[in-house]
Amino acid sequence: MKRPLENLKVLDFCWVVAGPMTTGYLAEYGATVVRVESRRRPDPLTTSPPSRGKDGVRSGYYANYSANKYALGLNLGDPRAIAIVKRMVEWADLVSENFTPGTMERLGLGYDELRKIKPDLVMFSSSMLGRGGALSKLPGFGAVLSSLSGMTAITGWADGDPTNPYGAYTDFIAPRFGCAAMLAALDHRRRTGEGQHIDMSQLESALQFIAPLVLDYANNGREGRRTGNRHEAAAPHGAFPCKGEDRWVTITCMNDAQWLALRGALGDPAWMQEARFQTLLGRKHDEDELEARLAEITQSWEPEALMHALQAAGVPAGLVLSNKGVIEDPQLGHRGHFVYYDKPQIGRHPVQRSEFRLSKAEAAKNWPTPFIGEHTRHVCREILGMSEAEIDPLIADGVLEVPDAALLAGG
Amino acid sequence: MTATTATTAGMLSPYRVLDLTDERGLLCGRILGDLGADVIQIEPPGGSTARRLAPFYRDEPTAENSLYWWAYAANKRGITLDVACADGQALLKRLVASAHFLIESGRPGEMAAMGLSYETLAKINPQLIVVSITPFGQTGPYADYLASDLVGMGMGGFMYVTGEPDRAPMRVGFPHFYLHGSAAGAAGAMLAHSQRVLTGEGQHIDVSCQESVARALANSLAGYVVEGAVIMRQGSYRQTGADAYMRITWPCKDGFVNFQFSGGSSSGQSVNNFVRWMADEGMPDEYMLSLDFKAMGYGAVNKETMDRIVPPVSRFIRERTKQQLFDGAIERRILLFPVATLADIRENTQLEARQFFRTERSPEFDADLTLLGPFARASATPLKGGSMPPRVGQHNAEIYVRELGLTPSDLVGLAGAGVI
Repeated sequence: MKRPLENLKVLDFCWVVAGPMTTGYLAEYGATVVRVESRRRPDPLTTSPPSRGKDGVRSGYYANYSANKYALGLNLGDPRAIAIVKRMVEWADLVSENFTPGTMERLGLGYDELRKIKPDLVMFSSSMLGRGGALSKLPGFGAVLSSLSGMTAITGWADGDPTNPYGAYTDFIAPRFGCAAMLAALDHRRRTGEGQHIDMSQLESALQFIAPLVLDYANNGREGRRTGNRHEAAAPHGAFPCKGEDRWVTITCMNDAQWLALRGALGDPAWMQEARFQTLLGRKHDEDELEARLAEITQSWEPEALMHALQAAGVPAGLVLSNKGVIEDPQLGHRGHFVYYDKPQIGRHPVQRSEFRLSKAEAAKNWPTPFIGEHTRHVCREILGMSEAEIDPLIADGVLEVPDAALLAGG
Repeated sequence: MTATTATTAGMLSPYRVLDLTDERGLLCGRILGDLGADVIQIEPPGGSTARRLAPFYRDEPTAENSLYWWAYAANKRGITLDVACADGQALLKRLVASAHFLIESGRPGEMAAMGLSYETLAKINPQLIVVSITPFGQTGPYADYLASDLVGMGMGGFMYVTGEPDRAPMRVGFPHFYLHGSAAGAAGAMLAHSQRVLTGEGQHIDVSCQESVARALANSLAGYVVEGAVIMRQGSYRQTGADAYMRITWPCKDGFVNFQFSGGSSSGQSVNNFVRWMADEGMPDEYMLSLDFKAMGYGAVNKETMDRIVPPVSRFIRERTKQQLFDGAIERRILLFPVATLADIRENTQLEARQFFRTERSPEFDADLTLLGPFARASATPLKGGSMPPRVGQHNAEIYVRELGLTPSDLVGLAGAGVI
């Protein structure tokens, strides 16, 4: 077994979610990813729930995205730290960052500067709105970008308000595009010797996920509509209540065969045999009633039993899993989706694996997300060849950062 | 398989991708095509089921008018082939011999039942990378379960946390289950390719769309494991922890805005700036002015604090339009944005400045069509943005005759037999 990226060296300035998840793929598959952070301006995610401490390094959310990376603590406000970064750039194949555009340039670490050091460098920059344009430097998060990208406006009940998809939704869309692009750019470099700068606008990558609707507006002039869980070409198509508190099962009949299968699985009650429910147009016409009658039946079912019974009959149906349900889901368990680490400062916490299994590649499961600066000495020694006599004064001066001894001791 | 050296074309220009997917996997090949690969979309005779998906250009529901197809089959060439019959399988295997990637979205075992398992294909071409995109993965208790988008979004955990607390869980308003898996498949394909460069061997990638959606659950999974918090859907709020909330969306004078009312180094500063703005506009709130949101954790405001804050903030926002609020937010560095409608997106000045939308003349439709730009920009080898997708069988002659060496009369025979 090999790791696909065992020769890849990455200097990673990414923070929050969209960036670290992107470079997380690289670390999982064997790249040496050195994550640069400073305790002076910690990643906002370090204080996000669930968190056991107030000192900004103990969040279980933060811990999901940087397992198997090295942590180099650097105060980028000091020119000596910038000099160290530049030595690291000579070492790196790829530099990744997702600061607001202009930040790296202000630090003297923009692409034009770095390519002077390393002409064939691949640099990956991901930001909310991309480079260039008057709004380029607006700061932002995935949670607001869900709204800017139209996701919020199209999500919700037909009679209700726009509904934000949970969390920082677009942050989880961009990394797949980003990972593919950076590896493609590295392949291009391998073959041609040519490096380059990738400028990813997370708005523009998110729009690929609703591209048909954007095309619809741009070419047909049709504004998006909220339709809840309904589907223009299927009925029933919704989430139905089951036994238990806030337990639901989705049921979707995408064709007549699935409708007939649903009838059979539910004992074919008289109302389901009515002629008006035997055609798609009939079911769509009376969909309110169809849903209400179906809900009367599902309420007496345990959700797991209903899902299994409908799937056995050939009806697409599934549990509506809570976060607890996802953690306990047997299918995800079978696939080993979660790797658990027990770091006393954070608590036992899950790290999600990538969404795929590669038949001939081994994934790294080496160490949990490090504290800021946890590998500072290691990186300086092993990668930069610095001696303790060079490292110690820089730590004393706060140029290099390491975690407090008390924190490392588990405090 | 020898990769030829690229000169001017895209990042992946030496590579050929055979794309057997339908709507459950189209985006994967589209991403590789955007990056410059030669992607051949293989549709069943008559055309892909994805061509039936709404919306439709000019509202005409025909095979060439599906905007779903336009969006996810662009930057591909298109051929028809019935891979369920012997002639189809033989032709596919000939294509496999010179391909670098094959993407498929059939049910687990479906390819093997046609004699096209990974193992069989690898015998023909050991360097081939096969990407299989399925709802739950190739094995496991739910591997054979059927999943529509709605079922998948529920099983991925995303519906439970989205929607109103007193109503049913809610899916995202456009089908995303398979898009998540398809996009992840492109990342997986490139990881496998990186390994092929080292070892000379291909491999099989088993993508689970359920896992792909579960990756979008933000902090809620750690929240359950570490704190035992079951995260509920909260409408215009977001629950971030056992007793931690953010307000996200707010009604304004002419629509809605997204203003993440939270603590944290960036969000907290933005909220502090907003509180200052209210005071400057004659709506000072002593309680809020007494707080430093920057010192609070990101997403770590409790319910009690939130309940005191919401009424005055709501009043301020309700009295202003999207544009007024956005302008003020830009000026004062507040993380507040319009809840953009599609019209807002089309008129977004940043997208305009980056020339994200472009117009292409279509002789087929005798019209100027507006298409979307690429998902990223690259300085040396630019990505492809939207282009018109292949028509049904558009490249049959080009690929079967000119590249594979069939005769035109072979093609006539295969068409008559329903193979292409």
